[in-house]
Amino acid sequence: MVAHLLRLKLTLLRNGLRRSPWQLVGMAFGGLYALSVVATLVVVLVLLRQADHELVYTAVVLGGSAAVLGWGIIPVVASATDLTLDPARFTTFAVPMKQMLAGLALGGLIGIPGLATALVALSTVVTWSRGVLPALAALVGAALGVLTCIVLSKVVTTATASLASSRRFKDVSAVAFMVPLVLLGPIVAGVGRGITASTGFLPDFARTLSWTPLGAPWALAGDIEAGRLGAAAFKLLISVAVLAGLAWFWKLLLERALVTPPYSGSGKRKGGKLGLLGFLPAAPAGAVMSRALTYWVRDPRYSGSLIVIPLLPVVLVFQGSQTGDFSTLALLAPLSAFILAWSISADVSYDNTAFALHLASGVRGVDDRLGRALACLAFALPVVLVFAVGYSAFTADLEALPGQLGLSLGILFTGLGLSSVVSARYTVAVPLPGDSPFKKPPGNVGQTLAVQFAGLGVLMVLVLPEAALLVAQLVTGNSLFGWLNLAVGLVLGMGLFVIGVRLGGKWLDARGPELLAQVTVNR
Amino acid sequence: MTAQQPDPARPAGPVAALSIRGLAKRFGQKIAVDGISLDVPAGSFFGIVGPNGAGKTTTLSMATGLLRPDFGTAVVHGVDVWARPLEAKRLMGILPDGVRLFDRLTGEQLITYAGLLRGMDKDVVASRVGELLAALDLAQDAGTLVVDYSAGMTKKIALASALIHAPRLLVLDEPFEAVDPVSASNIRSILDSYVASGGTVIVSSHVMDLVQRMCDHVAVVAGGRLLATGTVDEVRGGVSLEDRFVQLVGGRSRTEGLEWLRTF
Repeated sequence: MVAHLLRLKLTLLRNGLRRSPWQLVGMAFGGLYALSVVATLVVVLVLLRQADHELVYTAVVLGGSAAVLGWGIIPVVASATDLTLDPARFTTFAVPMKQMLAGLALGGLIGIPGLATALVALSTVVTWSRGVLPALAALVGAALGVLTCIVLSKVVTTATASLASSRRFKDVSAVAFMVPLVLLGPIVAGVGRGITASTGFLPDFARTLSWTPLGAPWALAGDIEAGRLGAAAFKLLISVAVLAGLAWFWKLLLERALVTPPYSGSGKRKGGKLGLLGFLPAAPAGAVMSRALTYWVRDPRYSGSLIVIPLLPVVLVFQGSQTGDFSTLALLAPLSAFILAWSISADVSYDNTAFALHLASGVRGVDDRLGRALACLAFALPVVLVFAVGYSAFTADLEALPGQLGLSLGILFTGLGLSSVVSARYTVAVPLPGDSPFKKPPGNVGQTLAVQFAGLGVLMVLVLPEAALLVAQLVTGNSLFGWLNLAVGLVLGMGLFVIGVRLGGKWLDARGPELLAQVTVNR
Repeated sequence: MTAQQPDPARPAGPVAALSIRGLAKRFGQKIAVDGISLDVPAGSFFGIVGPNGAGKTTTLSMATGLLRPDFGTAVVHGVDVWARPLEAKRLMGILPDGVRLFDRLTGEQLITYAGLLRGMDKDVVASRVGELLAALDLAQDAGTLVVDYSAGMTKKIALASALIHAPRLLVLDEPFEAVDPVSASNIRSILDSYVASGGTVIVSSHVMDLVQRMCDHVAVVAGGRLLATGTVDEVRGGVSLEDRFVQLVGGRSRTEGLEWLRTF
């Protein structure tokens, strides 16, 4: 039965890849990335074999603890749980619970994260191969550690399954997860500074962790090598007890989950609130605009990228305060303009087959394009203006303001025009509607990369005049170039915006059905 | 055989609400639709029946301008769908099967959106939305996001979006799937009165019983080809539509065998 479950998982994986060769390419990219990370860690672990005992002990225990913690937290917050072997699908099969648990646990090993963790954990055996006993202890520790990772993640996901299947939780957690991700740089820097400030903190921390379920399995080999046999025995006991406890708890949860399917009902709500649809002009373009704006707020795939914007100045100011040089802050307005304008370049891909409504209604391409571009412009324009003015106020450099505005507005308008063309012609791989923004999107990874890079290249060429004028102002110090930049940014940008919307609209009229067929592949 | 194929060479008569000629589509190696020609008379309640994978959805997608055919034409009330798509789509209300909706809108917002996309007046949309929600028993859930709807409610809200602009031709792909019996009979009476006042309805289904009771014309499609078409009475020729359908399509496996199923 365990073998059956494993074979099922492999078959599902293989059939998933068979759907399109590009899926394979995507998997290969993910695999390559994981492989490079794994290879680095393995090499480090092998090299650590020669290193000082204290250093190795600290590194292995901290790394192992981080892995266990990650397996416990990431599946929930990223709502990216691997549900290929969802226990709920086995309810009708009367699989004996013990074999089901074993099968699901081993099944968790199959897949990139599981294999990567197992490989890295096993290389600690090499690290500790300084004697027979430490090596053996490392092997036992690695097995216990990896199993703890997997069973912990199963416990957490089973326990939160009914919570996590509620749409509201998914939406909120996906967007909230974005915040620490964007602030990763400052957080890491802050933690790093705290650590260097107190030397000897890490080894102490590792020693403490090694007595907790997180670190115990990873500390076995180190303790044995150092001759702390009693401690090692006790930690072995901790690891085994925790693993057994987790497995028992998982069994309880699973037994309960199998007879109580997640309830995702929500209260009835009467209508009467049309939101923006009742507010904006009643024309097709206005309707598209209000729908798009509603999505910017309600769809985590959009709002996730929106939440990055207010965090950008935080990151840049932090970076400036670290180095004492705030010149990178000049990038704030142009960068935000680019991010926001480019964010609608995959709009039709984000719609997925819901785009059929536009096609069936016979919306003119121009209206479709204009509505989406105006929706983005509605908040992007104030943001860019505030950022550009804010930068000038912050640096007390009013001379730079016209140039800043010229370049930023140029990028914004040109980018929106270009995005309108790109999303009318090419589809890219994006997370499906309702999926977490972090979920690996199905579909054509190769085309996605090509579209993104080619689009970037074209955008750079299109905003060359503004960029050249900015450089001219920097070199000559003549503020005339700044005013010229503002004029060029506005006129050229708006011109390209209009051309982009028209051309995109024309292409959409001509190729709407083909576009729908392309997004239908990825549903 | 009482049902006859329309002559592919003959142009569409002026009475046809939908007239398709030689529609064909191939997906890779698989020929999904293999030259279907069909006339749907104006004012008829027309059922398209066929087994799973017969090409019903593909045919309807090509007839409504959602999927470009490899060969053939589709004409709606004299307007060529693929030569003048915007004009043709104004005449049609479409409920496609297996596509997503803009499900982060509330039910009410979605219907309103569909109306505004058609360029309709705001007040007209507002009053029609209210009536549609009431007629489809959705008034209590009008403010709920469509993503939180059940399958049947989703189907009903999609149907409402197809009705909002009072089209002359309604093309409904599997409209009764997952819809509860009460709502289904509400929908049927809406459609009946729509046909009585001169509208044309095309529904696809594989529930023969439903089609026999509801439709006046029927077309049987299997393996991407049209097997029979005409009025329901012509096609079924005295036997029930279901029996006639099984005769036409074939593939009924013998009921012998599976004896072990009785050995519990």
